[in-house]
Parts: sequence; structure tokens; C-alpha cells
Amino acid sequence: MPASHKNAVYVYRHSADQDAARPVHHPVIVVGAGPSGLTAGIDLAFRGVRGVVLDDNDTVSVGSRAICFSKRTLEIWQRLGCAAPMLEKGIEWRLGKVFFGKQRVFEFNLQPEPGHGMPAFINLQQYYVEEMLIERAMRLGVDLRWRNRVVGIREHDDCVWVDIDTPDGRYVLTADYVVAADGANSPVRDMLGLESAGQVFNDQFLIADVVVEAPFPTERWFWFDPPFHEGQSVLLHRQADNVFRIDFQLGADADGNAALEPASIAPRIRAMLGDKVAWSLDWASVYTFRCRMMERFVHDRVIFVGDAAHQVSPFGARGANGGVQSAENLTWKLARVLRGESPVALLESYDNERREAARENILNSTRATDFITPKSHVSRVFRDSVLRLAANEPFARALVNSGRLSTPCAYRHSPLSTPDADRFEGAARPGAVCPDAPVVRLGRREFLLDSLGKRFTVICSGGGLPEGLRDDADIDVLEVGVDFDDVEGLVSKRLDLVAGGAYLIRPDQYVCARWRVPTADDVVTAWRRACALS
Amino acid sequence: MTLNRQPNFDDADAFYAALIEAHRDFSDAESEAMNARLVLLLANHIGSHDVLFEALDTARTSVLEERT
Ligand SMILES: Cc1cc2nc3c(=O)[nH]c(=O)nc-3n(C[C@H](O)[C@H](O)[C@H](O)COP(=O)(O)OP(=O)(O)OC[C@H]3O[C@@H](n4cnc5c(N)ncnc54)[C@H](O)[C@@H]3O)c2cc1C
Repeated sequence: MPASHKNAVYVYRHSADQDAARPVHHPVIVVGAGPSGLTAGIDLAFRGVRGVVLDDNDTVSVGSRAICFSKRTLEIWQRLGCAAPMLEKGIEWRLGKVFFGKQRVFEFNLQPEPGHGMPAFINLQQYYVEEMLIERAMRLGVDLRWRNRVVGIREHDDCVWVDIDTPDGRYVLTADYVVAADGANSPVRDMLGLESAGQVFNDQFLIADVVVEAPFPTERWFWFDPPFHEGQSVLLHRQADNVFRIDFQLGADADGNAALEPASIAPRIRAMLGDKVAWSLDWASVYTFRCRMMERFVHDRVIFVGDAAHQVSPFGARGANGGVQSAENLTWKLARVLRGESPVALLESYDNERREAARENILNSTRATDFITPKSHVSRVFRDSVLRLAANEPFARALVNSGRLSTPCAYRHSPLSTPDADRFEGAARPGAVCPDAPVVRLGRREFLLDSLGKRFTVICSGGGLPEGLRDDADIDVLEVGVDFDDVEGLVSKRLDLVAGGAYLIRPDQYVCARWRVPTADDVVTAWRRACALS
Repeated sequence: MTLNRQPNFDDADAFYAALIEAHRDFSDAESEAMNARLVLLLANHIGSHDVLFEALDTARTSVLEERT
């Protein structure tokens, strides 16, 4: 365990369900209380479905794994009411430096685009994030059960039977749906005889979390082939509490256990930080990684999310971010299906959309991995040439790939999207996340995404609202100038929304249709399509 | 846009001579590094996804044909 942080421990509580004569039924059982499962549990509660979340452990992530949480993930947690403490505790950095050998080849400054509620990303240890999610889940009354290990899954036509092992022995629950968020080695996946297929990378990495006491810049440093760790790469990243993540590539043949010895770690860190900086080792571990995904995420009543469904390399910070985004994609659909508002077919769109996202995340993280660890002679020649050129040639910097910022997938093939019939500028096309922008609503300054509710929303401008939609039971309306003011003109700019036009936004804040001049029929048809009702 | 495969040099002979001259005194490794940089510079100048992919494909096919 890291010395800088003492993990919260959550006590096992005996549940009345364990004493019931017959298995107690719940609409949804979430297996696993990592970032994906917790987000699913919270979002379900937020949508009125009280799920049970089971976890085999009684604490959060041991040692820091994920550290970089992206804008879209923060927007989801903001919607669920738990982003504020994360933003407060997390670190924002702007300045990145790239080194090659002894040379600093270039710097970049990520100037954020103004007018968004959430930053492009923050750095925060995974254990903090999980503690804050758990806090939120408990407040919302999510039924979290610690030291409840799922040991069996039996799918029936009308429900799933789940066998659970606890300190008080075994019990059984039944559920309409099981959300399997039980991590990369998903026992649920194994129990169903399913697999996650893809690429294994042989390179080993050593992560060392180091507490640096002296003032040290809040920057991201990436070294290719540094003098203190020849032939490999090293990443330095700041987290909360003056903890710095140092990621050493060890290569395929290194002895991982030997590398973990303090006597072997210390000289490397000293060479990197210099003799003058006082530091202490907080936590270290060696890992290898895989990029893989399941062929299908939906298996009748068992639905896989997070690392259980799709796993990526750490470069580009897409693991937890992708998992949280999968969870939010699923929950509104599951809530509709459970309430009988949409047919089961709606769940198929989760499979379609999130497999597209997983492919995109795997592609991005594989490209970064191949740049950082070239797999052939010619690949290394090109990589090194890019780095040499990058010192003086701005064009080459675009090719330097030490992990691309995680951005949400814009679904190109979603069955829920209505293709554009009109011409629009900008990125807010059907299948993409609704862009954020500052607004004033009910006299308060907030952001467009804060104004979106739990249901579908029509955002319209200047008479773009067709007759009859104001009173629709399933669609909220936000009319520019009536329901909110577009104080900086950024709503109209980012959505290319002018008088007469309208957007239809899904409950997960994705755009599903837009028009220059819609009729009520257009909107209702698009809404039905997005609910899998047609 | 498509890859222009018709003669397009201002002065083909002068370019060819300059290309060879630019590698003067280089070891194989240095020549390889220089070629890589040249490819990157020219590729960025062209920029167009379609043209670059057509060029990559044409070059690769030409090498593969020698295998048989
Ligand atoms: C070194 C490293 C750096 C990383 N950096 C980043 C980053 O910067 N950004 C990012 O987004 N991602 C990053 N990741 C990836 C990230 O940690 C994972 O993608 C993320 O934890 C996945 O979340 P999850 O909820 O799907 O699964 P997990 O976090 O693995 O949670 C699964 C949960 O299920 C529980 N469980 C397992 N089996 C059972 C069972 N039978 N019954 C009940 N419960 C069970 C486990 O105890 C666990 O709590 C990194 C990973 C590593 C290793």
C-alpha cells in the first residue's frame, strides 16, 4: 500500500437477502465496484433503478492504477453529482516536455478552449476516484455489498441466478440483468465460457509512485531513450498529494522482480530527478498489458462493461475512461428496458456503439504503444527520425505519439442516430457528444450540459420547436432565449444552431438528430428510432 | 486528389543527381535515417490522406512484385 494514502475500508454487512428462504430478486446486479461498476450503479440509481453492486473486496484500488481522467468522464460524473471533489483534489497540467536521448526536443502547452464546464482532463489517483464514487453511491442509497464474491452465474430465460460467496457463507440472488464490471480477468466471463481476444504485448513496465517534497513543476515529461535508462522510455506525471507517477519501460526480457528491488529503482529515479530533489518511494509495481475485447458485450441477460469487455494499454488513458463511458451508455438503455419503455432491442445498440468505441480506443492505444516501443528495425528508424526532426520541425511533432488524449467516440454506425438531411458545420453530428457551452438559466450561470436532464432533450432556437412538443411526456425542451440564454453565443456556434433549427439529445448527452427546420413528426420519428421503438 | 504518376519534375536529372549527392559519405545506417526523414518531410508536404495511401500502396506493391 502506498504510504501517502490509506485506503478506506468498507465493512462487510450481512444482508437480509442472505437469510431469505428463496432467492431474492433484483432488477440489476452489478458485479465489481471499480470505476465502471460504480458508475453503472450510481447512474442506475440516478435513473430510478436501485441496483445491487457486489464486490469481492472491501476497499478501493490498491496502489494507483488509472491517473488521467478525461473531460467526457468528468462530464458524466458531473451529471451524477460527484465531479466537484475530484476537480478539487485532482491536478491539471498544461505543459508537456518531450526528450530524446540527452536532448529536450520540444515542449507543448495545452491551452484549454474556454467555455467548457469540465477541463480537458485531470490527474488523480484511482483510489481517490473510487472513494469519491463510493461516497456518492452511498448517498444515493445504492446497495453496495463488500466481500460478496460472485462464484456462479446461471442464465435462465426470464432471469439470471447469481451465486455469491460471503464471510457468512453462500447465498443466491436473481436478477433481470447482470452487469459484469469485474475487471480485465472477469470471472463472470470465464464462468460463461466466453473470452476476450486480442494482442498481448511483451514489454514490461515498472511504475513507481514517488513523493517529491520540494516544489517540482506540474508538467508531463516523456523521455524516449533517456541517458539514465538507455533504449527504453520513461514517463513522469504528477498526481495529487505531491505524488509523481514514473513509468519505466523495462523491455521484454527484463527480470520484473529484480526491477522492483528498491536498490534497483532508486538509482534510476535519482538519475532522473537529479541529486538535489528529495523524494521517497511510495509504491511500485511491474505490469504488462494487453489490448483485447470480447466479440459481443451483450450476452442475453449478462452485459459486460469496462475492462471485462474491452482492455487497452495504459498509453492514452483509455481504460477507466472507456469503462465509465461504456457504463453510462448502458444505464439509460437498461433503465428504459426495465421500465418497459423500450424493447430489449435497445440493448443491442449498446453492443454496437461500445464495440465501435472499444475498437477506436484499442486502435489509439496500440498506435501509441507501437511508437513508444517500436517492434521492428524500420519502425525504430522512422520513430527516431520523427523525434530528431521534431526539435526544429513543427510538422514532425504531430507524429510524436506518447499517448493521445482520450476523447469520446463519435458513433458512426449507431442504429439510434438519424442521419443528417440538412447541412451543418461543426462536430456536433448525430452520434457525437453534445458540445458544452456557457449558458444562463433561471438567472444562474451554468453550462449547457448541466441544463440537460435525465430524459431526451430538444435544444432549439427561434421558433424551431414544432407544435405539441412542449408537453411531450418523454422529451424536455430547452429553447434558446426562452429556457436559457446563450450568453456567449457559443451554443449557436458549437452546434451551428440558428433560428428555426433543433437538436435532439439522448439521455447520455449524445446527439441523435438535428434539423434546420424540423416538423413535430421529424422529432418524434427520430426519438422513436433512438428508443428502438421503430 | 490522386497520386500524380505522370512526369512532374522541374528538372529530373538535376533532382536525381542531388538525391545521390545528398547521401555522400553516409554509412548505410545514416542513409537509412536520411531517407526516413526525407519521406517524412515530403509526406507532410503532400498531406493528403488519399495521395499518401496510394503512394504507399504503389511503392509496397512494386517491392512485393520482385519477390516472385
Ligand atoms: C499502470 C496502469 C495505469 C493506468 N492508467 C490509466 C489512466 O491513466 N486512465 C485510465 O482511464 N485508465 C488507466 N488504467 C486502466 C484502469 O485502471 C482500468 O481500465 C480500470 O480500473 C477498469 O475499471 P473496471 O471498473 O472496468 O475494472 P476494475 O477496476 O478492475 O474493477 C473490477 C472490480 O471487480 C471486482 N471483482 C472481480 N471479480 C469479482 C467477483 N467474482 N465478484 C465480485 N467482484 C469481483 C474487483 O475486486 C474490482 O473491484 C491504467 C491501468 C494500469 C495497470
